[in-house]
Amino acid sequence: MERRTIVAGSLPMLLTPLTALADWELNMPRGVTDLSAEIYGLHMLTLWICVGIGIIVFGAMAYSISHHRKDKGHKAATFHESTTAEIIWTIIPAIILVSLAIPAAQALIKIEDASNADLTIKVTGYQWKWEYEYPEEGIRFFSSLDSKSREASTLGSGIDPASIDHYLREVDNPVVIPVGRKVRFLFTANDVIHAWWVPDLAIKKDAIPGFVNDMWAKVNQPGVYRGQCAELCGKDHGFMPIKVIALEDADYQQWVAEQKQQAAAASAASDREWSRDELLTQGQKVFTASCAACHQATGLGIPGVFPALKGSKIATGDLNAHIGIVLHGKTGTTMQAFGKQLSDADIAAVITYERNAFGNNMGDIVQPAAVKAARQ
Amino acid sequence: MTVPADLTHEDYGGHHGPRKGLLRWVTTTNHKDIGTLYLWFSLIMLFVGGAMAMIIRAELFQPGLQLVNPDFFNQMTTMHALVMIFGAVMPAFVGLANWMIPLMIGAPDMALPRLNNWSFWILPFAGTLLLSSLFVEGGAPAGGWTMYPPLVLQTGAAFPMLIFSVHLLGISSIMGSINIIATIMNLRAPGMGYMKMPLFVWTWFITAFLLIATMPVLAGAVTMLLTDKYFGTSFFNAAGGGDPVMFQHIFWFFGHPEVYILILPAFGIASQIIPTFARKPLFGYKSMVYATASIAVLSFIVWSHHMFTVGLPVGAELFFMVSTMLIAIPTGVKVFNWVATMWRGSMTFETPMLFAIGFIVLFTIGGFSGLMLAIAPADFQYQDSYFVVAHFHYVLVPGAVFSIMAASYYWLPKWTGHMYDEKLGKLHFWLSAIFVNLVFFPQHFLGLAGMPRRIPDYAVQFADFNMISSIGAMGFGLSQLLFAYIVIKTVRGGAKASDEVWEGAQGLEWTLSSPPPYHSFSVQPVIR
Repeated sequence: MERRTIVAGSLPMLLTPLTALADWELNMPRGVTDLSAEIYGLHMLTLWICVGIGIIVFGAMAYSISHHRKDKGHKAATFHESTTAEIIWTIIPAIILVSLAIPAAQALIKIEDASNADLTIKVTGYQWKWEYEYPEEGIRFFSSLDSKSREASTLGSGIDPASIDHYLREVDNPVVIPVGRKVRFLFTANDVIHAWWVPDLAIKKDAIPGFVNDMWAKVNQPGVYRGQCAELCGKDHGFMPIKVIALEDADYQQWVAEQKQQAAAASAASDREWSRDELLTQGQKVFTASCAACHQATGLGIPGVFPALKGSKIATGDLNAHIGIVLHGKTGTTMQAFGKQLSDADIAAVITYERNAFGNNMGDIVQPAAVKAARQ
Repeated sequence: MTVPADLTHEDYGGHHGPRKGLLRWVTTTNHKDIGTLYLWFSLIMLFVGGAMAMIIRAELFQPGLQLVNPDFFNQMTTMHALVMIFGAVMPAFVGLANWMIPLMIGAPDMALPRLNNWSFWILPFAGTLLLSSLFVEGGAPAGGWTMYPPLVLQTGAAFPMLIFSVHLLGISSIMGSINIIATIMNLRAPGMGYMKMPLFVWTWFITAFLLIATMPVLAGAVTMLLTDKYFGTSFFNAAGGGDPVMFQHIFWFFGHPEVYILILPAFGIASQIIPTFARKPLFGYKSMVYATASIAVLSFIVWSHHMFTVGLPVGAELFFMVSTMLIAIPTGVKVFNWVATMWRGSMTFETPMLFAIGFIVLFTIGGFSGLMLAIAPADFQYQDSYFVVAHFHYVLVPGAVFSIMAASYYWLPKWTGHMYDEKLGKLHFWLSAIFVNLVFFPQHFLGLAGMPRRIPDYAVQFADFNMISSIGAMGFGLSQLLFAYIVIKTVRGGAKASDEVWEGAQGLEWTLSSPPPYHSFSVQPVIR
């Protein structure tokens, strides 16, 4: 599904010989839902109407430019109005517009009817990742840019993006949906406005803090469909991809069962004692996924924008204050309340890591139990 | 600054022409001096905003981050838009209005000359305030020129600078508009009824009303942002009972008329230039005036088409889709009328005419993508993608900016008394016309293929068209240096321009000498 052949747009002839070299995608995808195909049809209809009008208008202009010239000795006419002509070129566009508005309105009404869904998935936008929640199944997870893309996309990394599989379009945890069932997505956000856009599903909807939007899709064929955030949401707006995997129903059920098992295992992990090495290893993973976007992998932050952790008052100061700021965030800044996002074990691990990495040799470790206690 | 001798001895109520030196420009109340100041300011800002665009396109030349970090990239997109809209295009149109409206209606000067001085001199301060935010802690605003909360509230020390510079720019625009309206209503030569005014005067008259109606709305919106950030209000904060979407409604209630503020004067310019070089009167004068007025009225009831994905009720989506499509009708009338003006004329193709024709063709392409964007279901795919970037750059660059270039070449001989270098002018046109399409046409494909706007780095399938676009951008940017060179060369000297300048030119401005006397029409002409 990723590589599509060229669909006739404008100028295809000119560019076709180059298709062997790279991905010269010209047109909107037809997509994998009935509505995405209908939207594609509307897009093409409007495009061809515009091309038709363009040919007439630019054609008349070109004829005039080549014939009605002074250097060809053409004498200027003196007419300067014609009520008939002006009525014609007001009425004809009006008729064309009405004939466009009718199918567009019909499609719009279908698109906006999210009732009688088989399944609901709640999507929450964060700076800069997505959270997916399946309320009926009790599944909930975060989805962020995979570490290979993040590494390669660092300024001056020297890594060739072409060498990364699905550069900037790969995530750690994809959202999974069943095919052939009406899936209703609910959209909201935790901090600023984001927009969830997957072209093949023809869904683009703003995720707005304090509000819940909805949109639906009934995907017709299994596959992987990719997209990314479409509303400017700060520094890493370009780095919050979306990966949707559509599975046959049986495969989907299996995925659900696996997710539930993993959730149970994670919850058990938070109830036991962890060794220092375990905490540091897990902590580095969590730091890379959740913290490095701002505080940087080096812990040096970005001066004036994101504070450094190396030698910071918090990371080398009182342990409870450190747990507190990770759990509750800092209002008025981009520092989020990770208490809602990460498990006790992950928070314990990342705090341990922060206090012992980048030359912060505090030597102390934090157990999940301490985080659990701090939550109360 | 040297002043032609015939201007310094003008006996006019104790005035003795312009002052000497720098003070002439600081204290001037002369419409031509102020027009000149506006135009130079605008040209400088064109290069400042253009340099930002070059940084953006250089970073987007290939995937991966090579030059700037994402935060600085966002500062560049935000500042590029603000500088180009409020610093380059709007002041250029006000500059043209200052120079040309008194000449076109047979007036000695603008109606409110001191206000005129103020409305210009606020601008350099507003611009400096805005640009200096690049150097404060946390950098310049990076939340987009649309300033959507809550994101914009994360701006650092630059935030109040952004808000106050927007206030200053708005005050300047409002004062300029009041002056234009007062001038047009009061200082027309005897016999020049409203329906005899040149189209450029008409389009500016309507634009000035749009400015007065919408700038206070923008000022209100940004003031609410300011109090949300510093004084604990919650206008746009959902947690405090506010509504972040309300900002978007208020912003676009300003923003959509703003779009027409940037294009209506361009319509006026095309309507002046096409008849001159077709040697044939403008086709459908009355319908041109009515079309402009209806576009202005419609501009107030289409704003939510910028927000089709925020979750509007389906009824609102239908309304804004249909009202937006309606705009195609008066806009179409204008394009058809320009073509009908050219039809069976006796055309020559000097640089202003080339830019005017380029304007009509490329603006129409931007209009077509505008019609596509109006179709709400399809807009769910286009919204916030590069398709939108392509669309609005087609209407703003080969639209508004080309019309300003056309006007500059058209009136430069009148302003300076010298002919510009026609060969270089034509070269400038062809370079600009080719490169501008190379920059923006591939962006349609990028948007349709799924590339969002305002991203510093992209998936590798977007690499090829981005590279083409970046090459086009560098070419377009460099071509504009040629424009600056041509303008400076013309100011400094050149073949003497006649009063009429162009063979087919009609209108009062061509009855005065080139350059016109310091106080334009000391004696009002009478229109039969």
